[in-house]
Formats: sequence, structure tokens, C-alpha cells
Amino acid sequence: MNKVVKNVEEACSGIQDDMTLMLGGFGLCGIPENSIAQLVKMGVKGLTCISNNAGVDDFGLGLLLQKKQIKKMISSYVGENEEFERQMLSGELEVDLIPQGSLAERCRAGGAGIPAFYTPAGYGTEVAEGKKVEIFNGKPHILESALTADFAIVKAWKGDTEGNLVFKATARNFNPMMAMAGKITIAEVEELVPAGELDPNFIHTPGIFVQRIFQGEKFEKRIEQRTVRPKN
Amino acid sequence: MSLDKNGIAKRIAQELRDGWYVNLGIGIPTLVANYIPEGIEVEFQSENGILGMGPFPFEGEEDADLINAGKQTVTLVDGACIFDSATSFAMIRGQHVQLTVLGAMEVAQNGDIANWKIPGRMVKGMGGAMDLVASAENIIVAMMHTNKKGESKLLKQCSLPLTGVGCVTRVVTNLAVLEIKDEKFHLIERAPGVTVEEIKAATE
Repeated sequence: MNKVVKNVEEACSGIQDDMTLMLGGFGLCGIPENSIAQLVKMGVKGLTCISNNAGVDDFGLGLLLQKKQIKKMISSYVGENEEFERQMLSGELEVDLIPQGSLAERCRAGGAGIPAFYTPAGYGTEVAEGKKVEIFNGKPHILESALTADFAIVKAWKGDTEGNLVFKATARNFNPMMAMAGKITIAEVEELVPAGELDPNFIHTPGIFVQRIFQGEKFEKRIEQRTVRPKN
Repeated sequence: MSLDKNGIAKRIAQELRDGWYVNLGIGIPTLVANYIPEGIEVEFQSENGILGMGPFPFEGEEDADLINAGKQTVTLVDGACIFDSATSFAMIRGQHVQLTVLGAMEVAQNGDIANWKIPGRMVKGMGGAMDLVASAENIIVAMMHTNKKGESKLLKQCSLPLTGVGCVTRVVTNLAVLEIKDEKFHLIERAPGVTVEEIKAATE
């Protein structure tokens, strides 16, 4: 089944104000940067964004924050973004901080048809407030619900016309689970190849989870913390 | 003489055992990788999806697609593998990782830990810390004994929002190695030249 769309404009068409979006990536690694730029251009507002991080001030989701397009963020760590911190402390931005493993599993559960699950993470903390507690094997666990989104936007290294995806290194992170949990999943890839070119044994995300795929025009791939050792 | 950050990391490295998978947090814990005792093989897990994390890349060889949980560019050792975030936390929650080393703002004598939030001031989020402390069987906290104001970080009760309850078993600071058992801190070892009185004075 051919999932290819012409460009980022066509890929993001139908995204409207007040929708819930999932965006893949860890820090600035593996984020759908072409689609984020398009969301800025479209000017959609009131968005609920589910993403592990909120980008930095001038890149990634930080671009949407600057334009006040985000109403609510659901993330695990938002430490690298001053504008985020300002909007959160002033109450302009609603924020739901959840443990990283619970976030990943909630997306996976959303895509896998599991409405909720128990996890020990967050028991006895703010995260557990209002959540059901159950003891398993003598240990308390809290009930976490699945997450889904109107659109999930992911970034892959290679993809084929069927929507099958292959990720590179740690740019994989949240992308596979989010691809599963979108009512419509958009994949932007560095290299779009014809069906049959990717080895079926090495597909990370099966094409059934992807509705629209396109090759991104350019990828800046900004490095957040460049750490190196000198060559001797 | 109390230990510096590298000294704390070096001391923690002595707790490593051959064949362990180890998750190192941001800050002092990251330095532990520099002091693996000879003859011991351990593999480092980074919760953004690496098993077999190597040192920083050589200048010019950094790859934006290959970072650790602190968002720093890293490399892979031979035999490394990559996986998604759900699989990563399955390793952690499922107790397949033998040791977790992480930093803290406060640790209480009942094993509670706080390291993710200062209400009204610092809102960075917990990242993977809550998943790690809730599931790891073996948690070592690496931190300075007191904060910048000289106040103890080892308390009767945590004052900051908790990351996990009753989960810390061992704390290595610039002054001492302490074990938490029966809701009490037990002094296991003093840093070279540090007296018991100094440690007591720095502990609530």
C-alpha cells in the first residue's frame, strides 16, 4: 500500500487547533524537524504535545513554544528550555511531567490496544496522586493509562513507500511507540526508497503503523551537548 | 581530606562486579565509567536506548544520532546494541540491570530520595529517575554530603518532592560511604582523613 505524500505540506494537512500530537525524539535526537517547521508555518494553536522533551529555546519544540502554539506538554524532562520553564512557572503552559519509562509504555500501550497497566514507577510521589494503587508480589504499583494522539509525527533514517521504517542509532528512542499510537502517523525520513529495498528482517516499525511518509527536505540534526576526546 | 567528584566516582567503581549491566545517571555517576577496576567487565546501559555505551567520540567523529541520556555525543563498544525507549525501560523495570548509580538533592534515612524538583524554582522533570529507583534492586546515590549552603543532604526526612520511597541502599559522598538499613544511616567507611565527628556534623 503506497503511503507516500508529496511533501511536508501534504503530510501535515488536517492538523488543526486543539489537537493532541505525539512527536518522537530524545532531546534534539531523532526529532521530526521538517514537520515541526511546518507546524510553525501553519500556525496551529492550542496543541497538546506528547514528547519526551520540549526542545531547546530555538530548535525542536522550542520553536512552537516561542509562538505560544502549545497549550499543554506531556513530557518526562524539560530541563534545557528556559522559555518552557518561564511559561510553566507563570501558568501559561499546562505541564504533565511523567516518568520516562511510563511515558514510553503509555504510548506503546496506546498503540497496542492496552488501556492501562500497573508500574512501580512514581509510587509514593506526586506522580501517583489520584491514581489507583495495587499490590503485586508484595510491592505497590500505580495504574497508568494509555496515550494516543490525533497525529503522531516520527522521524526515521530510511523508509520505503509502504511506510516501513528503519531508525539510526539512538534517534530511534520514542519514535517506534509513537508511530503505533497515532490515529494518523506521519513519518519523515532522510531517505525514501522503493518497496523491496529494505530488508524485511531489519524493519523497526512495520508499515501498518504509518499512514503518510515523505522524504524531509533537509535535516539540521543539531547536537545538544558536543562531547569529544582529543585525537592523540 | 574529603573526596572530590572524581574520588567519589572512583570509590563507587569499586562496587562494580564482573558481568554487571550498569546504568549511570548524569553528573558524578557518569565519571564512574572512567574507573572500572582491572579484570572486571561491565556494560553500560543508557536509557535512551544503548547497551554497550563507549567513551566520548574523537574530535570530528561525533554523530548527532548517537547520544547518551545526558544528550552528550558518545560511541558504542563492540557488541553494543540499540533499542527503543519502551524496551529500554523494560530492561530497567524488569530488573535486568544490576546496578543504578544516580545523583540526588536529598536522601532520607528511610531510603527515600528526592532529585527532580524544587517547587516554584526548578522544574526540569524526573526523566527516567522514577522508573530507575522504583525498580532497581541495587541503587547507589553519588553526591556531595552537603549542599552549596553547607546544609546536610542526608536527612531524617526529605523536604523536597520525592523521586522514590524506601529505595536507596547505599550513599557515597565526599565524606563517607553509608548504608541504609532499618531506617537508619550506617557508616561503612570514612573518606581518608575525615573523622566520625565531621561526618556526624554533616548529617542531620
